[in-house]
Amino acid sequence: MTALTMQPIRSNRTEVPLMNQTTNDVASATPAKIHVQDFDFYYGDVKTLHGINLDVPERQVTALIGPSGCGKSTFLRSINRMNDIIVDAHADGVIEIDGRNIYESGVDAVELRRRVGMVFQKSNPFPKSIYDNVAYGMRIGGLRNKRRINEIVEKSLRRAALWDEAKDRLQDSALALSGGQQQRLCIARALAVDPEILLMDEPASALDPIATAKIEELIYELKDNYTIVIVTHNMQQAARVSDRTAFFMLGKLVEYGETKTMFMNPQQKMTEDYVTGRFG
Amino acid sequence: MARHFDKDIEEIKDLLLRMGAKVEHSIAHSIRALLERDTLMAEEVIERDDEIDRMEVEIDQRTIELIAKMQPAAVDLRFVATIMKITPELERIADLAQDVCERVIELNREPQLKPVTQLPQLAESAQKMVREALDSFVRGDADLARSVIRQDDIADALTEDSFRALLTYMLENPRNISPAIRLTFIGKYFERMADGATNICEMVVYLVEGKMIRHSPPEES
Repeated sequence: MTALTMQPIRSNRTEVPLMNQTTNDVASATPAKIHVQDFDFYYGDVKTLHGINLDVPERQVTALIGPSGCGKSTFLRSINRMNDIIVDAHADGVIEIDGRNIYESGVDAVELRRRVGMVFQKSNPFPKSIYDNVAYGMRIGGLRNKRRINEIVEKSLRRAALWDEAKDRLQDSALALSGGQQQRLCIARALAVDPEILLMDEPASALDPIATAKIEELIYELKDNYTIVIVTHNMQQAARVSDRTAFFMLGKLVEYGETKTMFMNPQQKMTEDYVTGRFG
Repeated sequence: MARHFDKDIEEIKDLLLRMGAKVEHSIAHSIRALLERDTLMAEEVIERDDEIDRMEVEIDQRTIELIAKMQPAAVDLRFVATIMKITPELERIADLAQDVCERVIELNREPQLKPVTQLPQLAESAQKMVREALDSFVRGDADLARSVIRQDDIADALTEDSFRALLTYMLENPRNISPAIRLTFIGKYFERMADGATNICEMVVYLVEGKMIRHSPPEES
């Protein structure tokens, strides 16, 4: 008699050695806003990003996932040259925004960061009023027209889904807002200088589930007007909010493609092991 | 707070209802083809079944995507589970309408048997149950779902009655055996449609109340 034993489900994924990293990029119908080619990054002599190639489509949400230390945040910060301020760090390769390499000489990093806004893990409002936080970027950019500033403050707060909660207390200190509200204020502040791209580094990881859900819905709405790149430790969040997902591991891009494919039928065994929680 | 997944849920629901409408149409036409001995209509039902099959696959894909992207919980989870169980039931019901039509085409090549009054009653009963099962899903109406489940006994009784009538015809004259067997099959197909409607309704109760009433005695369901 043959013993009936339950066989483990075998995946038909290919096991690709990390040295031969491949990307699984399905051509997107949307034009690329950000084009990354053979991008390397070094902290001193230590190479932390290895030959990254990917295209981020315009007005979509692209999530960067991977275990701690995989290079996803370093990569995110490379998109608006936030890493420039790190002593001894340098980059090789190309990151183009609308066809122009942001690392070539003559690119104004301040103007670049206006076009490519950033929202951090921990909300960091200035110790000023709600209104002044949102108006800050416009004012240092030289805008003086009060009516215009009022309009933009309202529009930015509306887009960040904070207007209804903040409109009657615009002169209150931003620090009196809840954590979730503070994070939406930071998003409003980033939007006020009219960026094209928003980089978000774990924007909801310090928030409770309700505030997180609000931020996620906001990200989904913002993609109508902005190209968004988000780093998240939370794979479920990546699945919920993003159109495309890039999986990083040890400084390499292992797989990149449509989010639904990455979560339903990834091509690389390493991706499958990560999204199913077998490691990471 | 509105969630962007609500739109996906609505779209899947809408797709399922459009599939349901096509299934109802197939049942209605299979009954007409049977009663009016209309081979052409029977052939049309058979041809249209591919479309229903395609819709089933589309709903499956959309639902799996929803699970992958949304990780549904509570009522969303029950909705997804319900869709995944209702869809194949509907597809099977459509297949049964197709089976009825195949037997109709065969019957129409033979002389007509005397009428079996229980058979149209059974067909209409099954049709009504499927319609009400879909209504109960649309309205989230567990009471209606339970009333459909209770009707299944009537469908079973009508199946038995029509079988007995057909058996009498077979005993009367061996020439009746061939059409009577085909009609017996048809009775069974309608009875299975009613079973499908019952299964849908059990899932509607689960969707609304979170209670699995499948395989439980009537007093507990």
